[in-house]
Amino acid sequence: MIELSETTSSAIAAEFVAERARHGSPAMGMVMTMVILVDEDSAHQALDDARRASHEHPARVLGVIIGDGRGKGRVDAQIGIGDAWGGEVALIRLSGEVTKHADSVVMPLLLPDSPVVVWWPNDHPVDPASDPVGLLAQRRITDAASVRTGKANALRRLCAAYAPGTTDLAWTRLTPWRALLAAALDQQPLKVRGAVVTAEKVSPSADLLAAWLADRLKVKVTRETSPGPGITSVVLQSKEGPVEIERLDGRLATFRSPDNPDRPVALKRRDVPDLLAEELRRLDEDDVYAATAKKLVAQYGRTQQRRTPSRKATAS
Amino acid sequence: MSAPWTNPLRQEQDRRLPRIAGPCSMVLFGVTGDLSRKKVMPAIYDLANRGFLPPGFSLVGFARRDWADQDFAQIVHDAVREHSRTEFREEVWKQLAEGFRFVPGEFGDEQAFKTLRRTLDELDEARGTGGNHAFYLSIPPKFFGSVVESLQQVGLTAPEKQASGLPAWRRVVVEKPFGHDLASARELNAVLDGVFDPESVFRIDHYLGKETVQNILAMRFANNLFEPIWNAHYVDHVQITMAEDIGIGSRAGYYDGIGATRDVIQNHLMQLLALTAMEEPVAFDAASLRVEKQKVLSSLKLPTRLDLHTSRGQYAPGWAGGEKVVGYLDEADIPRTSATDTFGAIKLEVENRRWAGAPFYLRAGKRLGRRVTEVAVVFKKPPHQPFDAVQTEDLTNNALVIRVQPDEGVTIRFGSKVPGTGMEIRDVNMDFAYGGTFTEASPEAYEKLILDVLLGDPPLFPQHEEVELSWKLLDPVLDYWAGHGKPDPYESGSWGPQSAHDMMARDGRVWRRP
Repeated sequence: MIELSETTSSAIAAEFVAERARHGSPAMGMVMTMVILVDEDSAHQALDDARRASHEHPARVLGVIIGDGRGKGRVDAQIGIGDAWGGEVALIRLSGEVTKHADSVVMPLLLPDSPVVVWWPNDHPVDPASDPVGLLAQRRITDAASVRTGKANALRRLCAAYAPGTTDLAWTRLTPWRALLAAALDQQPLKVRGAVVTAEKVSPSADLLAAWLADRLKVKVTRETSPGPGITSVVLQSKEGPVEIERLDGRLATFRSPDNPDRPVALKRRDVPDLLAEELRRLDEDDVYAATAKKLVAQYGRTQQRRTPSRKATAS
Repeated sequence: MSAPWTNPLRQEQDRRLPRIAGPCSMVLFGVTGDLSRKKVMPAIYDLANRGFLPPGFSLVGFARRDWADQDFAQIVHDAVREHSRTEFREEVWKQLAEGFRFVPGEFGDEQAFKTLRRTLDELDEARGTGGNHAFYLSIPPKFFGSVVESLQQVGLTAPEKQASGLPAWRRVVVEKPFGHDLASARELNAVLDGVFDPESVFRIDHYLGKETVQNILAMRFANNLFEPIWNAHYVDHVQITMAEDIGIGSRAGYYDGIGATRDVIQNHLMQLLALTAMEEPVAFDAASLRVEKQKVLSSLKLPTRLDLHTSRGQYAPGWAGGEKVVGYLDEADIPRTSATDTFGAIKLEVENRRWAGAPFYLRAGKRLGRRVTEVAVVFKKPPHQPFDAVQTEDLTNNALVIRVQPDEGVTIRFGSKVPGTGMEIRDVNMDFAYGGTFTEASPEAYEKLILDVLLGDPPLFPQHEEVELSWKLLDPVLDYWAGHGKPDPYESGSWGPQSAHDMMARDGRVWRRP
């Protein structure tokens, strides 16, 4: 990696071109720019995850570390291409005044025409879509399960602030579960009367799954708590009997359905590069997530209404 | 039920959800073959690993071996360990392993097929495979007849309705060769179509499962940049090359008497030609694609002088990639007098408005310069050149090359000014590398095709009409060659016999060095 101290975006851009020329100007075929807004502690891990995802989606990856906001503005950068990257990478450290203007650093480094994705691996702004850097992007990826503070409410806040182009890795984690559940009903066209989602206490994915099932099946979905890991079981109740997917070890699930033998099915919890790769496959608005987020917010609103009078009752 | 059932959990706009095959099993005939071990078994594991196989999916092996279920599981295990594309995971293996069964027997042995029937019934019961079974015939075509007949005798070709009311299906999967001439292809089709309906016969041409081949359609029809110049007004000619650097290896028994033309031109190259030359299909579905492919295949015409416009060769001893190699006639188990073509080149005219005057040249061979498959669309020279002959001395025809394998991608070749004070124009390449990055995560052709079989999705499988059309076209060439001496020898590691270069020179053209 080439080090640039006290630098500017145009120097970084020039270094990208020079780096490419030094590597014999290989055909990069980069399809997007990915901006990672991350803190110093997680930067290494986040870049490594992005590197692995970049094999499927060659991208210019800009890791932006927002440092201490006091003092004079300063931009430092490390730049590299090749070395197992499917594209180019720059790790940019901001400190001082410029931390409030990260978008001015990122803007000149976006690839022409191609889509822009912003990923917050841990903490994210309250409203990603109106964040200055978030505004540059078609796709904004958060991860409610990885936030450091206020995890229990992170997902609900994100859903309330939903705007087209925003998604959360908690939703991505659900794809294999949702695929299995949909396949279960493909195989046995049952009329579902109710459902139960069981997971560890704080599990944004489980909350989303419950909201999705409630939204699609128009039934009451109960959320139960288990020691985990992650989601441990989903039951769809029907007249003919329950369809159940139970996964206790985070790897291998058992699939049960009426009039059929139990069958094992691999359902491993996926790691972040896998999730990112799935997220980057389609960059248009995810309508199903939008509907699910809306449902989740509506459900929460109802529980609040129910709770409020009961509190009053105990107070009096 | 009045209204048809729609699954509330499936929405068209929910494009994250993969289509998982319904409950089913696959019966694999010919368990020990190279293809089964290197392609089919690993592809099944990779599909399971990516979550595309239904819970309860079962794999039944059928072969002339005295094996128990565990022995078969061991074979699959070893094949998967060695050849699978994705990482080996214990839980995925566990999901698959419970569904392995093995049935020993001969291909015509009624008792063995009764056992097979019982095994499948048991699977329906114990694993919930729902009466849906695919029969994968990874065996020489001469056994197709007896296998299909035996399947029919024990009632395995006609599914009964399931308890759930959903119709069950039976499908048969076959690999090339689809016959060795028109008559044998028809015979083979008669055997299969006599028992299975044509929609249930899946002919695997693994080239059609390749991303780059499907990308031909995307490139041509999803863009506005190429289609306007994709015709004889702008295109001078098209070269389709499939070159292998290896010899026949241990495949003498299969290869001798078949040769390059039957082995790959008839299927892979004809399909590449069809996709490159066809008109835009109404939609990207099986029926619309088939119509367009058949139309273009039936408008192909051979040159009248086959001696001047075709070429065949046979590799002679030589040095290939720094290795001294023997000639075809010295390979193990090849008769010294063999007239099998290990290289074939054919000129074809497409008789329609789009292509009249722009011929297609196909060539395929073994022990050529390097391993490469590509479609090269070579454009005409500009009608007027404002630069003089000296300035454009290094400029050749513009070309668009679809690199099918290896290093998948697209290259556009055009002229550019050489930096300096003078005006000098030279060819440069612009590369799109599909390979370098994308393919790392892109599935093997067999994964895609096997999943399509289980889903019953046929767009990528040639139907018997296409197979027969391409034989109809090639039969006269093969007959002509059979009656006119022997193939021209060419040095191993070269780009084919002199006659192939002469055939291009006659038209004032040259083969690209791919």
